[in-house]
Amino acid sequence: MVLAITIGALLAIMLLALARALAGPKVYDRILAMNMFGTKTVLLIAVYGIFTDSPSLVDLSIFYALINFIGVIAVLKFIERVEEYDEVVER
Amino acid sequence: MIVDIISTALFMIGCLLGLTGAWGLLSFPDFYTRVHAASITDTLCAACFVSGLMLQTGWSLVTVKLLMVLLLLWLTSPASSHALVRAAHHAGLRAMTWSFLGDRS
Repeated sequence: MVLAITIGALLAIMLLALARALAGPKVYDRILAMNMFGTKTVLLIAVYGIFTDSPSLVDLSIFYALINFIGVIAVLKFIERVEEYDEVVER
Repeated sequence: MIVDIISTALFMIGCLLGLTGAWGLLSFPDFYTRVHAASITDTLCAACFVSGLMLQTGWSLVTVKLLMVLLLLWLTSPASSHALVRAAHHAGLRAMTWSFLGDRS
């Protein structure tokens, strides 16, 4: 019962983050939404792993937390370089 | 028995925090207010969930792994939010200056 509520709430949060990612006017809102999505995926994997007695999933969530951080930094680095060339964002 | 009750309560608090953060992410007017809403709950909601899980697993290696997950989230989430806001500010995205109170604020 508790598992159903937590996983349902986590999926709802991820859905709302996706909604912000789709609606976000600027690229930075999208990166923010994806960052939140990734963090909630980490929690989802950990909760699911513990409740279904397969603790090896927790290693996966550690790994995913790192990859999520690296992904955000990589996208920011990419965005930063593109902005300087064609001045897309209005001052 | 007590442990189950406490961990269930922690899960419920975590769910509420996460939902409010996601709702704030959607309903706030400006990018910088949304960053505030999203990154606050990232750390606090994660803390509630992971501590609830740690109670479930008791004294074992899995609890140490969960502690690692929590530490990683606590270290990387503020860092990535800071990098995000700095990149946005550097690219020229300025915070909105008007407020809901109009000129009375």
